[in-house]
Amino acid sequence: MPPTATANPAFRYTERDLARFRETQQLAYHCAEEVAAWIEPGVTERQATAELRRRLVAAGVQDFFHVPFAWFGDRTAFRHFHTPLQFFAGNRRLEEGMPYVLDCAPVVDGYTADIGFGGKVGENRVWDRLAADLRVYRELILAEVRARKPLDEVYAAVDAQLAAHGYDNRHQVYPGRVIGHQVTRTVARGPAGVNVLGFGVRTLQTLGRELISERLHGRSPLWADGRSSRHAPTPGLWAVEPHIGFRGVGVKFEELLVVTEDDAYWLDDDLPHVRRWTATTEQAAVPTAETTPTAEPTATAEPTAAQEATR
Amino acid sequence: MTTPTRRRTVHSGGLPLAVFEQGDPTAPTVLLVHGYPDTHAVWDDIAADLARDHHVVRYDVRGAGESGVPADRDGYRLERLAEDLLAVADAVSPDRPVHLLAHDWGSIQSWEAVTAPGAEHRIASYTTMSGPSLDHMGFWLRHRLRRPTPRHLKQLLHQGLHSWYITAFHLPYLGPGVWRLGLARAWPRVLRDLEHVTPRADHPQRSLRRDAIRGIELYRANFRPTMGSPRERTTLVPVQLITLTRDRYVGTYLSDGLERWVPELTRRTLHAGHWSALLEKGATVAGMVREFTSRVETARTETGHTGETAADRPALDDGRLVVVTGGGSGIGRATALAFAEEGARVVVCDLDLAAAERTAELASLIGPPAHAYRVDVSDGAAVDGFAQTVAAEHGVPDVIVNNAGIGHSGTFLQTTEKEWQRVLDVNLWGVIHGCRAFGTLMADRGQGGHIVNVSSAAAYLPSKALTAYATSKAAVFMLSDCLRAEFVGHGIGVSTICPGIVNTNITRTSTFSATSADEQAAKQARAAKLYARRGFPPEKVATAIVSAVRTGKPVVPVTPEAKAARFLSRLSPALLRLAARLNVT
Repeated sequence: MPPTATANPAFRYTERDLARFRETQQLAYHCAEEVAAWIEPGVTERQATAELRRRLVAAGVQDFFHVPFAWFGDRTAFRHFHTPLQFFAGNRRLEEGMPYVLDCAPVVDGYTADIGFGGKVGENRVWDRLAADLRVYRELILAEVRARKPLDEVYAAVDAQLAAHGYDNRHQVYPGRVIGHQVTRTVARGPAGVNVLGFGVRTLQTLGRELISERLHGRSPLWADGRSSRHAPTPGLWAVEPHIGFRGVGVKFEELLVVTEDDAYWLDDDLPHVRRWTATTEQAAVPTAETTPTAEPTATAEPTAAQEATR
Repeated sequence: MTTPTRRRTVHSGGLPLAVFEQGDPTAPTVLLVHGYPDTHAVWDDIAADLARDHHVVRYDVRGAGESGVPADRDGYRLERLAEDLLAVADAVSPDRPVHLLAHDWGSIQSWEAVTAPGAEHRIASYTTMSGPSLDHMGFWLRHRLRRPTPRHLKQLLHQGLHSWYITAFHLPYLGPGVWRLGLARAWPRVLRDLEHVTPRADHPQRSLRRDAIRGIELYRANFRPTMGSPRERTTLVPVQLITLTRDRYVGTYLSDGLERWVPELTRRTLHAGHWSALLEKGATVAGMVREFTSRVETARTETGHTGETAADRPALDDGRLVVVTGGGSGIGRATALAFAEEGARVVVCDLDLAAAERTAELASLIGPPAHAYRVDVSDGAAVDGFAQTVAAEHGVPDVIVNNAGIGHSGTFLQTTEKEWQRVLDVNLWGVIHGCRAFGTLMADRGQGGHIVNVSSAAAYLPSKALTAYATSKAAVFMLSDCLRAEFVGHGIGVSTICPGIVNTNITRTSTFSATSADEQAAKQARAAKLYARRGFPPEKVATAIVSAVRTGKPVVPVTPEAKAARFLSRLSPALLRLAARLNVT
């Protein structure tokens, strides 16, 4: 490890900056929720991304970190993805019972948000289970980053939790296998609204510059499981996107994690998925506490019925 | 305790059909269709059993028994026979769809009715034995002739040898002549000696010679026209296929790819011959039908209608019970989930109860409710207790997957006695205990079953660095070979799975001889990394196991390296003996 890696840069955002990032993230989630309420069986992925883009632009978004994405059905779990082109919205139509994921990254005044919103149409028990378990990953990542573990170890901890849950790591399908990437205030001058392979030109400028400068310090603005992520969390803002899958269903969230020199916290807790978990915890708190079967240390067969899946 | 039989006549296409009813007419109706050269009497045992809780209806098909005889060959066409079936169904159960159970030619003509458009409104479920759809057969044949792989050619040859009588029946005079000149008289002896059916007073029926001669028209009227130009016939009716393992006339692989035509297919296996299934194992067949009809009836009342499975709904219970040891992770978990996805009820056990429960929870999401137990497979008494618990609470399993195993690396001189004990206790004794406890249950039940033993490519790939592990897995390999020979008489299949390098957590629990704790952790991490880089998912092994159970394949190497090693071990064992000297850790 190069010696320069130990010298962490200082946290460079003011409270005002953070507030602007928070606003952009709220705006993105708000538009995603609106589109989620709007889509219905029969809508295609392309129609969903067009609607998402329309609403974001109407809300004052000037540029995109990457173009909006929408995945329906087993495409939420990136099944049979072989080329990066398959990430782009296609002609898949939404059907009753299908899960979906909306992913967009608006830029307002250079403040970038990158969000992922998972949902389902009608009943889907597998989705319910995955969406509830996603909470574990939000807590796990925060705890590990707070402990200032190297980022590749945090990634490995997420993988271990995925194995215990019996799920697949789907963020490894993203370019670079990333579970997250750094987000900065873009100050690039390239043409806004123009994209190359889905990423805004300004994004590529900024990201390219970051990649080089961070590389010189033995760090990477991309958070994956390789050697380049073998460093303590860099202070700044990270868009973190654990994406978990089981069979034909994938669920993700993506939100901004604030990493300071000695601490970390999620930029905002007032987000749809967090509200959903709080609501279910409050519901679950009303009936009696769940009875956990005790493991018998002896070798006798101890019957325990499988837990009733949440509806 | 036989219920009284009520006889009535139903007219269809100008012919009178003799219909026999038993049981409570308000109960769900089961319609039984007999084959060639039988009459409704072939169902006596099964009808009596089912009549306890079903409205059982049998009839003599046209040309047989007490029913009318068509004037010409055209009267024996499948369309006519299917019309008869629906006419009887309409007469005995006008408001509710009926459940069908059919055998031999009865099954062939029932397929015609079941695959007709809209059949799901008149037929609630269909249990078929020894009689494929001639249309499906046409495609089966065509597919194999177009792709003459060695396996396909073997299947064609095998079925051809078993279908000689069909050709004979197409020749003029020969078929009827043989029946006239003594086959009818010899038929009781044929059934007794070749089909292992205990002789009984009223069977075969008195009209056998007449029925047999007329029934030849069934073959002549249908085989060539239908199989020559098969139609694409699918059905929404839930179908239960009971494959008879000792059937002399219908090969088990004739149903390969049946899922293409029947989305809701349940496969069952019965260790019986063509006629002994009905005349000797009537109670077992009745039990399978009862299970299936009650499941379909429940689904009907829950959803209000049948013939529709939403994508998000868990798979319908297919009646199979599968036990997986070491089901808390890796290949065991993936196997449990793969079976659950097919609709099997799954019971998993593991040393780690929480992990096993997690598997059961996931399995319940995609299939019928699953259950988890904590069992140490190296403890014989515990495995016996587990088998008894499973039998008492869930029934006798149809499939047992002895998967639990541990990894160990070390040369012979490095490996201590204790390490040997541990590896053999889990990897070999665990499998022995599982085979003994569950094999006994399966043999006692007498309905066959399948044992899957997860061995390893190390079973035939010697290495000085894996002495204890490879020895234990080679023992499992040989154990399975011996077991297969013994259990074939019980209709229990045995498959040995040799996965190869699969990305599971076996590397995290593997032990290494003559290493300190730190070194061991480092070696585990290195092995885990190698296995992760190889990246062969356990789900693919699970798929191989599921298909091995279906096809009864005896030895299944899974990864390409396992296949290559198997090939080399047969081509040049000396080469592998040399390679065993390599230091691989």
